[in-house]
Amino acid sequence: MCLATSGPGATNLITPIADAQMDSIPMVAITGQVGSSFIGTDAFQEADIVGMTMPVTKHNFLVKDAAEIPRVIKQAFHIASTGRPGAVLVDVTKDAQQATADFVWPETLDLPGYRPEPRPHNKQIREAVSLLMQSRRPVFLLGGGVIRGRASQQVTELIDTSGAPFVTTLMGRGALPDSHPSHLGMPGMHGTVAAVSALQRADLIVAIGARFDDRVTGRLDSFAPNATIVHADIDPAEISKNRTADVPIVGQAAEVATALTAELRERIAADDTRDYESWWSTLSMLRDTYPLGWTATADGYTAPQKVISRIGEISGPDSIYVAGVGQHQMWSSQFIRYEKPNSWINSGGLGTMGYSVPAAMGAKVGRPETTVWAIDGDGCFQMTNQELATCVINDIPIKVAVINNSSLGMVRQWQNLFYDKRYSHTDLNTGHGTRRIPDFVKLADAYGAAGLRCERDEDIDATIEQAMEINDRPVVVDFQVSADAMVWPMVPAGVSNDEIQIAQGMSPEWERDI
Amino acid sequence: MNATESAMPADTQTLSVLVENKPGVLTRVAALFARRGYNIASLAVGPTEHPEISRITVVVDVAQHPLEQITKQLNKLVNVLKIVQLEPRQTVQRELMLVKVLADNTSRTSVLEIVQMFRAKVVDAAADAVTIEATGTQDKLTALLSMLEPFGIREIVKSGEVAIGRGGRALTDKNLLG
Repeated sequence: MCLATSGPGATNLITPIADAQMDSIPMVAITGQVGSSFIGTDAFQEADIVGMTMPVTKHNFLVKDAAEIPRVIKQAFHIASTGRPGAVLVDVTKDAQQATADFVWPETLDLPGYRPEPRPHNKQIREAVSLLMQSRRPVFLLGGGVIRGRASQQVTELIDTSGAPFVTTLMGRGALPDSHPSHLGMPGMHGTVAAVSALQRADLIVAIGARFDDRVTGRLDSFAPNATIVHADIDPAEISKNRTADVPIVGQAAEVATALTAELRERIAADDTRDYESWWSTLSMLRDTYPLGWTATADGYTAPQKVISRIGEISGPDSIYVAGVGQHQMWSSQFIRYEKPNSWINSGGLGTMGYSVPAAMGAKVGRPETTVWAIDGDGCFQMTNQELATCVINDIPIKVAVINNSSLGMVRQWQNLFYDKRYSHTDLNTGHGTRRIPDFVKLADAYGAAGLRCERDEDIDATIEQAMEINDRPVVVDFQVSADAMVWPMVPAGVSNDEIQIAQGMSPEWERDI
Repeated sequence: MNATESAMPADTQTLSVLVENKPGVLTRVAALFARRGYNIASLAVGPTEHPEISRITVVVDVAQHPLEQITKQLNKLVNVLKIVQLEPRQTVQRELMLVKVLADNTSRTSVLEIVQMFRAKVVDAAADAVTIEATGTQDKLTALLSMLEPFGIREIVKSGEVAIGRGGRALTDKNLLG
């Protein structure tokens, strides 16, 4: 829920609205609009925000009559929060805002074209389970829909009943605990070798609340070439959009998982010839041989992965971790162990830099008793750090860990790997050996937040602990790290997931392994 | 588009989309096609027997994107009530065309013969041109245009295809506004 004024206030909301829509986050944005008689005249601070946000909202409304406000607000919240959640914008003209009208809360929604809650068909549930019974190399692909649909418990039962491995996408991290023995990690461009290879070699993928995003599939025509696809999603349009589904299941994740579990139990009790032993032995070997990790940095400065990893270990699985977008985001997904849904918040689909501070602020307001870490980059932090003012003024004590590699690290990584080390426009002068523009400790101080700096490995733990103890105001920790660290594993853009590299120029040794 | 290109390509499908008669709905439908990269061969919109429902007849190019994906995305629009794919054999499809053709004393008789052949009508005439009104299927209009082309076509305007299912049933039989 957010409010903005007309014109530039409204246009500044377009990015957050698009972000919420891409990641299926329920959100209602209310914007002001010029008086209805001024609409279309290019009036002062007029912007056609309904027109502008049409492609990035689930639905939007222009309200020109105060009497319509209750009905539209009821519809807006209903649309945003039901079915596949999304962003809804309500634009209210100045005259409608200032008029007086009787408050009448409508009893009915009056949305004849909106049918958000489809039920899974039994026939498709039975077909999916038949495939699970026959499969020798199944994988469950769990996406953000499991979290959004509050289906963690039901999906855990399904996974436990099946005994098949599962992977969690960037948006699905924490849907099931990372410590679950059947978990192989995150798939995709920066996924684990075990997760990526499991999907590539699977004969059956059961996707729940995942949308076969390009960052997961890599080159679509070589993604999971031997897999039959069962695709369960609340949004029928996601099914067979990118990868054709052999068994489409439209429904709520929890309801689908419950139905699959019941049918699977019945079939297992009747006749169980499943044998995942050789599949699991391959996957266990991959998981053991290629765990996530990092190597020492060449310049001797702190490895950013180490900082993030220690924050996760010290702050623990009860905290909420919010990332910006870039290397620090991928490392936060890789090196923090998530045990609960909604403990990991990030901008997946739109990849909005600057997401972390405002989102952490929201998380802290929603869960004031929970420790909330904004794990941010030095580039991202400079996009939204002014929200520290909101945090200080409103007593929202978030913790910001600026993983300061003095550069736009992910862009720099691509410049290094694919663009001949031409580091154009990525050096930010915020870290080691620079003039520190700006100095994040001074910046924090200027906002009335606590500012800490950590420049050496041996100070990491003490600095994190010091930050953990400050709860009366926001804390900003400037972790000065090496600029040369890269996110591995990596599947370069536009190639098959079979081309996964575990370090620069290093591929897993498939010949020996499989 | 010149006359010879106006024939509907084989890989098109006709959809009838019933929508709530509200401001901006056509924009939503058209914008969806644009942002998903779907090509529209023809689009016509108008009121129906229910004042609260409008009907959009859209001919879509399904060479690049499967029809199923297009209808699923359309169905996600809150104002879309119902989408029906019209089977050509079970459907009457028509388009209205007005075409201005050069016709002077030497050629007018030949042009009028063609007009008669196609059961079209002359709706305006001048010393150097006639305006012809023709109704029919895409194929008929294409054939008419190719016959008229040698005389010199000055201007063409088409309504976009409209289509209706054969038989007594109506798309709006079920209460869609329930």
